[in-house]
Amino acid sequence: MKISEAAEILNAVVLTGGDKLDEEVHSACGSDMMSDVLAYVKDQGVLLTGLINVQVIRTLLMMDMNCVVFVRGKVPPEGIVEFAEENGVVVLQTKLPMFEACGRLYCAGLGRREDEGAPEVKDEGADHE
Amino acid sequence: MNNEALHYHFDVDGASFANAGRASVETKKLLRQIGVSPDVIRRISVAMYEGEINMVIHAHGGDADVYITEDTILIQLKDVGPGIRNVEEAMKEGFSTAPENIRALGFGAGMGLPNMKRYSDDMHIDTKVGVGTTIELWYRLK
Ligand SMILES: Nc1ncnc2c1ncn2[C@@H]1O[C@H](COP(=O)(O)OP(=O)(O)O)[C@@H](O)[C@H]1O
Ligand SMILES: [Mg+2]
Repeated sequence: MKISEAAEILNAVVLTGGDKLDEEVHSACGSDMMSDVLAYVKDQGVLLTGLINVQVIRTLLMMDMNCVVFVRGKVPPEGIVEFAEENGVVVLQTKLPMFEACGRLYCAGLGRREDEGAPEVKDEGADHE
Repeated sequence: MNNEALHYHFDVDGASFANAGRASVETKKLLRQIGVSPDVIRRISVAMYEGEINMVIHAHGGDADVYITEDTILIQLKDVGPGIRNVEEAMKEGFSTAPENIRALGFGAGMGLPNMKRYSDDMHIDTKVGVGTTIELWYRLK
């Protein structure tokens, strides 16, 4: 999925990185705990979070993720967006709560393998896709 | 390390949580310039970032040193903080003494040390209560 598509699905505002909306993302993760994000090393992807400090951006950089979505209309404090911009990270902001934002992207196919088709309920307790 | 090793030093500022992670971001940039493989860079990034955050939230900051030779990378994180009373317990997933205000910042899930172990080839912890903690993260390049 292109970042532009994700932004559209989430009715998101682009806070920085408008020139990178054509980049592809293959997976996403929703969390407010950065250690949990760090524990799941994966393909480049999107982080959805309600946390709005600079460590969010550093976590993305460490994980080679290229897009963060601040949910619930959270406004990051000064400096965060600038820091993201300097480091080539796209920052989106949506009014949607975490659950709905993740759900919409998942239903649109983000983070699902092509052959998986419709969402299925798994019983592994995995909650980071 | 032999004298051909590249060495980079970073002061980890213990006074400001906002600065926590700077050394790891800089190290990642350096490793990219040197041409270390992306896979190794990712593992170093995760482990070092967790270690650096720990130095700030548990130990008032310290020194981060990166040593690179042709076949190994060593990340050494050294602090003169309170030390770790029970290393075995601290290594358990979910064990944390971090206060609630740290959790509100996105850390303190008790995943740091386990992540550091998982994302290094070798990890050594040298710690003494009241004296400090030195953690070495080793990576084999060949
Ligand atoms: N550098 C350090 N100095 C003192 N104590 C530490 C240090 N690093 C880790 N610890 C102790 O080990 C525990 C577990 O660390 P970690 O797995 O990173 O979890 P967290 O940082 O989320 O608490 C910490 O809560 C703390 O008590
Ligand atoms: Mg930690």
